[in-house]
Amino acid sequence: MSPLDFLFGTTWDPQIAIRADQVAAKGAFGAVPLFAGTFLIMLIAMSVAAPVGLFSAIYLSEYASGWTRAVVKPLLEVLAGVPTVVYGFFAALTVGPLFRGFFNAVGAELVGGPLDGLGLYLMQVQNQMALVAGAVMGIMLIPFVSSLSDDILNAVPQSLRDGSLAMGATRSETVKKVVLPAALPGIMGALLLAVSRAVGETMIVTMAAGLQAKTTLNPLDTVTTVTVQIVTLLTGDQEFDSPKTLSAFGLGLALFAITLALNVVALRIVQKYREQYD
Amino acid sequence: MTDAVLSPPAAGQADRNAAIAARLKRRRAQERRFRWYGRAAILVALSFLAILLGRIGLQGYSTFVDYRITVPVYVDPARVDRADITGANYDQLIAEAVLARLGERDDEFGRTSGKLRELLSNDLGFQVLDIVRADPAKIGQTVSVTGPVGADAGLYFKGQIDRAAPESDRKLDDQQLAWLDRLKADGLISSGFNTSFFTKSDSTEPEQAGVLGAVVGSFLMLIVTAGLAVPIGMLAAVYLEEFAPKNRWTDLIEVNINNLAAVPSIVYGLLGLAVFINWLAVPRSSPLVGGLVLALMSLPTVIIATRAALKAVPPSIREAALAVGASRTQTVFHHVLPLAMPGVMTGAILSLAHALGETAPLLMIGMVSFVPGVPGGFTESATVLPVQIFIWENASERAFHERTAAAILVLLVFMILMNLAAILLRRRFERRW
Repeated sequence: MSPLDFLFGTTWDPQIAIRADQVAAKGAFGAVPLFAGTFLIMLIAMSVAAPVGLFSAIYLSEYASGWTRAVVKPLLEVLAGVPTVVYGFFAALTVGPLFRGFFNAVGAELVGGPLDGLGLYLMQVQNQMALVAGAVMGIMLIPFVSSLSDDILNAVPQSLRDGSLAMGATRSETVKKVVLPAALPGIMGALLLAVSRAVGETMIVTMAAGLQAKTTLNPLDTVTTVTVQIVTLLTGDQEFDSPKTLSAFGLGLALFAITLALNVVALRIVQKYREQYD
Repeated sequence: MTDAVLSPPAAGQADRNAAIAARLKRRRAQERRFRWYGRAAILVALSFLAILLGRIGLQGYSTFVDYRITVPVYVDPARVDRADITGANYDQLIAEAVLARLGERDDEFGRTSGKLRELLSNDLGFQVLDIVRADPAKIGQTVSVTGPVGADAGLYFKGQIDRAAPESDRKLDDQQLAWLDRLKADGLISSGFNTSFFTKSDSTEPEQAGVLGAVVGSFLMLIVTAGLAVPIGMLAAVYLEEFAPKNRWTDLIEVNINNLAAVPSIVYGLLGLAVFINWLAVPRSSPLVGGLVLALMSLPTVIIATRAALKAVPPSIREAALAVGASRTQTVFHHVLPLAMPGVMTGAILSLAHALGETAPLLMIGMVSFVPGVPGGFTESATVLPVQIFIWENASERAFHERTAAAILVLLVFMILMNLAAILLRRRFERRW
């Protein structure tokens, strides 16, 4: 199996071969649908975590009183300390049925109307949609984004703010026009670190995302991710050098390479930016 | 044009003032809006936390109450063979005893008693077996046993089975519910704090499943992790911070340690599978291999925390020690490290708490196995709390869901205790130089 087929093949269908001469013994190990699923879930997670995390960080570092900070920061740290398996349980048994119920109800309303097709589709939505795993992963990443961005915003020298305020700018204008542009590289770094966390996150997607490998951008569809496939390929009893096991290690290697690249870039950006004002 | 020039300056001023006032109003509204975005974001984050914890608390608290049934059973010598004590069907004996009490007769196919057996845990049968095995003279006498009711019956008593639902949608039919009501009215059912959840290990029957095995497994695993990661990480950090020359190699090592701290945990699981299990043949799913993997995972965080703590010790301490003739080793181990210790321990405890909640790498090394007993050593098969949560979450019986939530509560209590220890340590010994 060539690495090119593995990385750029578009069908993922690892089969269990009962006899060696079966057609199924080949299986298909094209990892593109897995990367697409990972990307979709990451995108959903970041669209939850980035705005909420960033705005909380801005409020905490620019507006909040000492008392608010003293209460809110530890609470956010609690959110960060919750084990991911707990988020997975929450996603699978609370958020999943909730979202499905909502979409099914909306679908039932739409059926028979001008949006009949959409209604029928919404009524068949499953518990394991990308949206559920992505949204819960987003909640998990909020404290990560907010504490990193908080550090970065605090590293912006006070003199920049004072200068802007002295010119008559309001505080929000100071934040938007002076502090944020100054902190932008650092915040990009923080977001990249969060992306790398989202890509490598395992438990939430294992418990709440599905197993069907699909290349789609529809958040209501079931998708699967690289980490889910590693877990499913390796938790059974397998011979060590079967194609399935080897492909799991291949996926692991790809995952490692991707997150490593993201981390190297992100850490470099964050550090470079810090040195500017020190 | 001419009008504007001719108009008195006061009018232009008023226009400009009005424009400024309008702009100011807009800017202030913007400011207020921006502030509200911030507040809303924090509110959203905190309400997620409240919903998450509240929901799990609500799902899990009912596990801590259990319902037990006390049944007097006549151990019929006609049914229990003295020569083959284990061969008798004790569950059936108990079911018939309860049926007799309820004044019901079994039909010839045993359907009625079969329905009743669904309401009782097979733990009762094992209890009778144990009694008879310990003292065969009990055959022919009446013994009284107390044990949990079946999982679905427990759910009914906890109000989680809706009587109003159509009979076909329920796990228990009308007759079974009526029996349960009668048994309760007769005072055979008692409820109390569920101690068996903390004294038993995993089981295929939800009403008998407990967390003891998982807690012990977690504990053994953390011992291995702490025993490896803390000393190695601490010494590595001491070397890097106090002894190592600053050159390209140490820079490279530092960058690598920072990167390793951000590698997804599942990659450590793959590493553990390939190196420890496949190459070094450490027993699968043992606390030893789990501890090794988690130690690898926590090493970078321990090193980073220790280095930060060492950096916080002012150079004057080192200079003073060196000035009175201490060697560099003595300086570090007699003066710098003890002063940095609270910071080191705080970092170590926090990274151990993180390791306690970690699941993904343990799935890779075969920890997802059904382990019904308490692990007796580092090399025996074991499961740990987060993996137990994962296993129960996958179970199809509804009664397992509340156990999952309860196991999460147990895990969270342990994590809160560890974090509290870290905070107290920091408060107690924190020093500002």
